[in-house]
Amino acid sequence: MRAYLLRRLWQSALTLVLATIVVFLGVRALPGDPALAFAGEERDPASLAAIRAQYGFDDPLLLQYGTFVANSLQGDLGRSTRTDIPVTEMLAAALPVTLELAVLSLAVAIVIGVGAGVLAAVRQGRPAEWAANAVALLGLSVPNFWLGLILILYLAVGAGLFPASGYVPFTEDPLANLHHLVLPALVLGTGLAAVVMRQTRSSMLEALGADYIRTARAKGLGPGALIGRHALRNSLVVVVTIVGLQLGGLISGAVVTERIFGLPGFGKMTLDAVFQRDYPVIQGVVLVTASAYIIVNFLVDLAYSLIDPRIRVAGAAT
Amino acid sequence: MTTSETTPPQTPTVVPARAGLGAADPPPPAAPVRRRRVLRRLRRNPLGVVGFTILAVAVVAAVLAPVLAPYPPARVDFDAPFQVPGTVGYLLGTDDLGRDILSRILYGLRASLQVGVLAVLVALAVGVPLGLAAGYFRALDAVISRFTDLMLAFPFLILAVGLAAIRGASLGNAALAIGISQIPGMIRVVRSETLRLKGLDFVAASIVDGAGDLWVLGRHVLPNALSAIIVQATVTIPVAILGEAVLSFLGLGIQPPSPSLGTMLSEAQQYAAQAPWTAIVPGLAIVVVTLAFNLFGDALRDALDPRASRR
Repeated sequence: MRAYLLRRLWQSALTLVLATIVVFLGVRALPGDPALAFAGEERDPASLAAIRAQYGFDDPLLLQYGTFVANSLQGDLGRSTRTDIPVTEMLAAALPVTLELAVLSLAVAIVIGVGAGVLAAVRQGRPAEWAANAVALLGLSVPNFWLGLILILYLAVGAGLFPASGYVPFTEDPLANLHHLVLPALVLGTGLAAVVMRQTRSSMLEALGADYIRTARAKGLGPGALIGRHALRNSLVVVVTIVGLQLGGLISGAVVTERIFGLPGFGKMTLDAVFQRDYPVIQGVVLVTASAYIIVNFLVDLAYSLIDPRIRVAGAAT
Repeated sequence: MTTSETTPPQTPTVVPARAGLGAADPPPPAAPVRRRRVLRRLRRNPLGVVGFTILAVAVVAAVLAPVLAPYPPARVDFDAPFQVPGTVGYLLGTDDLGRDILSRILYGLRASLQVGVLAVLVALAVGVPLGLAAGYFRALDAVISRFTDLMLAFPFLILAVGLAAIRGASLGNAALAIGISQIPGMIRVVRSETLRLKGLDFVAASIVDGAGDLWVLGRHVLPNALSAIIVQATVTIPVAILGEAVLSFLGLGIQPPSPSLGTMLSEAQQYAAQAPWTAIVPGLAIVVVTLAFNLFGDALRDALDPRASRR
């Protein structure tokens, strides 16, 4: 167990270092003088020189990389070339919005996905399974931004049930906050639900065919307890796996969803930065995403090995 | 690792122990038989047939777009904006500039399929060699795994954002970003197939026979891994099509004057309340094509490997 975790820790650390190198080199791959790109509007020689000094654009590459890592570790990701606000501050404002959206979407995905997955496994070969499969396939094929447009068109603009766009902080008005996030969470959650559904179904089918289930059934355990207990346990593993595997999809999805619903989150920050060629912000966004992905996946593996003892054993063996 | 008893068709148990490189042992004998069986299974799957039919129609429509489209996709008609679908001359209606939606969808489909194919080619070109190497050479496995982890750490939209920042937004860069994001999946599939095949008797026999690594990989491993690769490529295309739509919708992909299903939706956003079909029709086109690919991909997977099917 410890050997497995140590190895995963080492692998994650290595990947993290490689990711910082990619981001670092990405900025140097910008066409033209990076100092010019980082300066944005202010192009007078003095501010250019200040930027060169701050990022060390004239230093040897290795030293530049060292400065970049040291600055990043101290939470200094530079300043927006448009607003002059530190990138870290922008992230602190944007990330909570996106995290809330992500958590709500996951909740939607789990409720729909696990429910439909269990139904499909238990009712194998009956219309209910067919319907659940069809819905999952549809969920995989409908672009979430299009679903968003349609929901806005009919539920927000047409029926007036939900606000079409905008955001209210939770601390200001919790109910209005949730009201604004219902549609975005549905849009982002349904695509994930399809993935959760497929995983849940296959792990349920596997569990239902296992010997211990037959034994439990032979001992007279009712179907409710049988499915409830084992479905729950299996779904836990599935959900943890999904969080790790789908994190990238969740981030990408959040960018699109925030754009459609006008949420002031991480995605909006990212897109604004690209269209305004705000390179320090782009660099910060990419760095934070990659680091978050690597760290979350390490934590997922950690949780996974705690939930499922087989992983620990298999991990220790190799 | 799974061993030979789980794989029915390719088990040439007796390999004549001839010496030398020229002694090419027979390829898994049942190849044509197997192909016929796969086709039969595919034909018997109604959903797969439906998916394939839609795909065939979509591909033909996209290729023949210049012939089939009633108007040039960029032709503006200020006298006929927001024509309802079914209007004479405008089967699927027109948008805010009076452009024919049907023509734009046909050309948009062309762009979608182009991105899909390009992205798959990127994923194949990088993923297959790396997957083979990772599965075959133990020493390379760890290095390639780190490379895979690294690529996974950059979600496709973030990758697209970075590429758009460095190289500008275009169809090619969208395809590149999507293709790169599909490399890890391809590597994983090819790697696990290679590991499985490497454990089989006929591959071991060939190695014992003195065959070089490249020979074994090219002659035995790759051909037998092909079905898994084809399935993976088939499921990659709809992901790429959705990806292109998303990127173009956000302005990171195909740029506005050129028709793309994503840009059509992005433009329709402002007028959706007034002319819902401008948002509904291109979206349905994406759904139908993606669904068809997914149906066909599932059917293909079931047909090629009934045991590994989803049930």
